[in-house]
Amino acid sequence: MNKVGINMKSKFLEKLMEVVFFISACASIISVILICFFIFANGFPAIAEIGIFEFLLGRDWSPSNVPPSFGIFPMILGSLYVTAGAIIIGVPIGVLTAIYLAKFCPKKLYSFLKPAVNLMSGIPSIVYGFFGLVVLVPLSRNIFGGNGYSIITASFLLGIMILPTIISLSEAAIRAVPRSYYEGSVALGATHEYSTMFAVVPAAKSGILASIILGIGRAIGETMAVVMVAGNQARMPAGLTKGIRTLTANIVIEMGYAAELHRGALIGTGVVLFVFILLINGLFSVIKRRMT
Amino acid sequence: MNWLSRLIRYVVKFSAFITFAVLFFIIAYILARGIPYLKPSLFALEYTTENVSLLPAIITTLIMTVLALLISAPIGIFTGFYLVEYAKSGNKLVEIIRITTETLSGIPSIVYGLFGLLFFVTTLGWGFSIIAGAFTLAIMILPLIIRSTEEALLAVPDLLREASYGLGAGKLRTIFRIVLPSAMPGILAGIILAIGRIVGETAALIYTAGTVAKIPENFFASGRTLAIHMYVLSSEGLYTNQAYATAVVLLIVVIGINALSTTISKKLTKGNIDG
Repeated sequence: MNKVGINMKSKFLEKLMEVVFFISACASIISVILICFFIFANGFPAIAEIGIFEFLLGRDWSPSNVPPSFGIFPMILGSLYVTAGAIIIGVPIGVLTAIYLAKFCPKKLYSFLKPAVNLMSGIPSIVYGFFGLVVLVPLSRNIFGGNGYSIITASFLLGIMILPTIISLSEAAIRAVPRSYYEGSVALGATHEYSTMFAVVPAAKSGILASIILGIGRAIGETMAVVMVAGNQARMPAGLTKGIRTLTANIVIEMGYAAELHRGALIGTGVVLFVFILLINGLFSVIKRRMT
Repeated sequence: MNWLSRLIRYVVKFSAFITFAVLFFIIAYILARGIPYLKPSLFALEYTTENVSLLPAIITTLIMTVLALLISAPIGIFTGFYLVEYAKSGNKLVEIIRITTETLSGIPSIVYGLFGLLFFVTTLGWGFSIIAGAFTLAIMILPLIIRSTEEALLAVPDLLREASYGLGAGKLRTIFRIVLPSAMPGILAGIILAIGRIVGETAALIYTAGTVAKIPENFFASGRTLAIHMYVLSSEGLYTNQAYATAVVLLIVVIGINALSTTISKKLTKGNIDG
């Protein structure tokens, strides 16, 4: 009798916890739905009121003018420029560093460098931004002229910041290439360097591409570090040594005091950023799926 | 062809040198400039404009971290349980959870901040508060905890589960008594990395937790974490030296967190070889 009671109780507990686990598992789905809903539902009405072409392609952002003008084309270009700059700087160095770690690095040194890469991705963006502010901005002012708050400075800083993403994913991709590629090439008489560069690395190209795409996502979404070094002028890009404002910067700078349509336009900026990110993520998972 | 080999070797080594030299320079520069300004007065209980004390921000950061983890860790770990221990293969829901987790991990922190502002601060009416910030961060770190739990659970050999069932234990008992303890180091490493993200986060908190520089009196009060403190100091431009000092504290925390996480995951791999 008692035993049956205990059995019933534990069966009930088993079922209950299964339901609890199931509900927990739905939390991430609910979160994504909520995020999409709140960003889109608050951004779309403003975009519609401004006019979608006016909003996306308008070259003038002056929210306090009468009448105000809400064109975010300068910020879209700003984000694209600094991201492209970050890729130009970060990708070659990142991929080559990954090749070094996977194929050239002595074991002893590796056990020291691998945690260093993790540390690099753990450093907060505000610290990177501050470093950019006190070191890169004056440096760029001296070398390239201007006041130092510029596309070039932001590109260098972002290039550094996406290194750990590119390095860890590319390294994993290079390590995942079957040994036979390397051995086959060496057996044909190629040197270690030659085999690595022309047999192993090409075989890892989709993994490396995935790492670059993730790096692009990081660069386009980065906020605090860019705000501190990019100058943040809301105007069309005027040159590499001139300042620029990104989509992310637009939100963080003006959200504090914006109201009504201005506020809606900022959330609309968030919508555009979010759509960019969703596209990049989609591309990333397509490539990742193709790899496996 | 020999010269090409040599060139490749040089280029690869040079790139790695640049990467690690930059990292070393950033850390060394900030430590060298900041440590002289780490004075005891920076750790006063009260923040004033004469003495921009770190202590309220440190306490706020601790509260924020604990709160976000209390929300996110159980949900993340339970999700891991569901994905690994319960869901059958080919389950549609698992596929959707995987996609949403991936999506969450790709969303930039400013979008989380915007969402937190629209949902927790405005719609739920919590205002700029510790609790709004903690919930926003909890969603942000969820994918990290889910993934590390999932990997840790998958690494537990099925033999252990079968032995437990064989001895008459139920599923729940097997999970909590057998699987969870052996997966703990992996889960812990994930949680530690999540702490690192919370401590370093700025963009998601400015418009959810706000920037008030006092020790918050309750969960519905606004408060600034260390990272926000540093942002405010450096953007005001008046307290550059104190910003250096704050950067030192942040760096030390991050370095400590990374070391801890590395040690724990090393223990994990060792344990697996022994088992």
